[in-house]
Amino acid sequence: MQYKIHKVKEGVWEIPTSEKEGMLVPARVLGTDKLIKEMDDGVFNQVTNVACLPGIQKYALCMPDGHWGYGFPIGGVAAFELEKGVISPGGIGFDINCGMRLVKTNLTLEEVQPKLPQLLDKIFYSVPAGVGCKGFVKLTPNQFREIMVEGVDWCIENGYGWKEDKERIEEYGRIAGAKPDKVSKHALQRGMEQLGTLGSGNHYLEVQVALTDQVYYPEAAQVFGLDRPNQIFIMFHCGSRGFGHQIGTDYLRIFGDAMRRYGIKILDRELACAPFSSPEGQDYFGAMLCAANSAFANRQVILHRIREAFSEVFKKDPQELGLDLVYDVCHNIAKIEEYQINGQSQKLLVHRKGSTRSFGPNRPEVTEIYRKIGQPVIVGGSMETGSFLLVGTETAHQETFGSTCHGSGRTMSRAEARRKVRGTELKEKMEKKGIVIRSVSMSGLAEEAGFAYKDISEVVDAVDSLGISKKVLQLKPIGNLKG
Amino acid sequence: MSLKTKKKKGKKKTSRIQPFKFLEKIAIADAAFEAYGKTLEELFVNCAKATFDVMADLETVTPNQAETVKLENKTVEDLLFDWLAELIYLKDYKAMLFKEFSVKVQKNTNYILEGEARGENINQSKHNLRTDVKAVTYHLFEVKKAYRLWKAKVILDI
Repeated sequence: MQYKIHKVKEGVWEIPTSEKEGMLVPARVLGTDKLIKEMDDGVFNQVTNVACLPGIQKYALCMPDGHWGYGFPIGGVAAFELEKGVISPGGIGFDINCGMRLVKTNLTLEEVQPKLPQLLDKIFYSVPAGVGCKGFVKLTPNQFREIMVEGVDWCIENGYGWKEDKERIEEYGRIAGAKPDKVSKHALQRGMEQLGTLGSGNHYLEVQVALTDQVYYPEAAQVFGLDRPNQIFIMFHCGSRGFGHQIGTDYLRIFGDAMRRYGIKILDRELACAPFSSPEGQDYFGAMLCAANSAFANRQVILHRIREAFSEVFKKDPQELGLDLVYDVCHNIAKIEEYQINGQSQKLLVHRKGSTRSFGPNRPEVTEIYRKIGQPVIVGGSMETGSFLLVGTETAHQETFGSTCHGSGRTMSRAEARRKVRGTELKEKMEKKGIVIRSVSMSGLAEEAGFAYKDISEVVDAVDSLGISKKVLQLKPIGNLKG
Repeated sequence: MSLKTKKKKGKKKTSRIQPFKFLEKIAIADAAFEAYGKTLEELFVNCAKATFDVMADLETVTPNQAETVKLENKTVEDLLFDWLAELIYLKDYKAMLFKEFSVKVQKNTNYILEGEARGENINQSKHNLRTDVKAVTYHLFEVKKAYRLWKAKVILDI
């Protein structure tokens, strides 16, 4: 490794400011000895670049699932002063408010398995996936602008959700401050027909079974809806689609020019940024929130389609089937949150790029229904290894700006994964294991093979040991749908 | 497509240079490539081909519809970024996959591009689709000219 790194305590590694010219704070990378050893060099280079950005507070952080991204590493967390600090699209990612949703059912493995192929066919039809897919909700530009501001509220008003869904979504599915007039025509055109679509790459929708012998925190599991053995859940991962991607692209260009005006120097053009308090910074924040709200709406419409599919296949109302939302978390976003800095409470702009908010019990930001236990944290694993439900902690608030991991993290290039296994072969192998697959692209399926990712158990154990979130239960896929 | 190099020691010898190659060791979750061209125009065409090669097997795409693109920017790098970003936008807006490209770049005060992308509407039952491209990134982005060959390095967000 290019940089001197030392262990501050078990699971926390630090690169001091002396290691790179311009570092304003140390960089901290979290993980077990094994995870740190296997982490690609890009992570250490990128996290130290982030540590050079104006107004950064305490540390530039990378979570244990970190890997080489662009600008920030994936798994990156950084908090900035509101007055003198910056906002960076590269610290959020192009897929603004990419996130996870977990939905419970009253059904068991035994009830679902016989109808699984039929169920997946139905969902595969109802939730379009893959390159350039379009959704079923036809919107006018004005309706799309309403979604940018209202998020999930718009969906509920228009029949795509239940009133009680709202309290089970980070920020209640609607973040104030969205500015549709700061969104380009390109972004509007690109995203308007994509509401209710899954996308491609590592985005997926899974039917999962909660492993009865892998419940680590029964009290929280019960609060989050686990009430029977072999209970079926649905997990999906997607974001703001082309709309968010275009906003990211537009502002990356705008910030390139703005940086020259504000005299900001950066080590990677993908870290383009502007002072948060500048007109450009405020415009991007307003546009970014439009994408964040549209991503909440996208996941809400997908949930609506899942409810319809289950209802049709099991010939019961979605309410009878207990298709309640457990929670919806963002893992690519910047938000204003309050932290203690030098003993004083201060509002900061926290960037999370491939990192999940992990707020603990009794925080006012956590929805009342979960306030006693903490916010659910949904960590999606590879399609072969399974996923985890965790809960936020107060330690995260103290140590990591209320943040934890978001997934298992890639370790292998997409091309190498394709060389190792053919999509059809992987599909066959997974179906032998009892996992039914529906995928638009066989090569895309091969790229997402389990061996291309870190061991999710190792990642989740790392954040659990550090205390920045606590394991609740493990979920195994029985059906996987990919773009 | 192949590029021919000059003969060596009087013997007629041609070697094929790939229009583009994917780089596996950087940004492993995304798609990185290096593209080449004898001219700036050829470089832009090959970068576009690499971008759409990530999304589909272009053998399955018929170029029966065209979209025109006009762009202007201060540097060659920024113009290439804009060109790829515009094609990615058109992919979603028009729901199209592009296979053939023609590009004319002129230098005035700024660099001016006039281009055309030809392809067809995305059809999941006809096209052998791969992975969607969300955006072109500036991470390690570069355009260089060395030994009469233009070269660009691009990382696409997947």
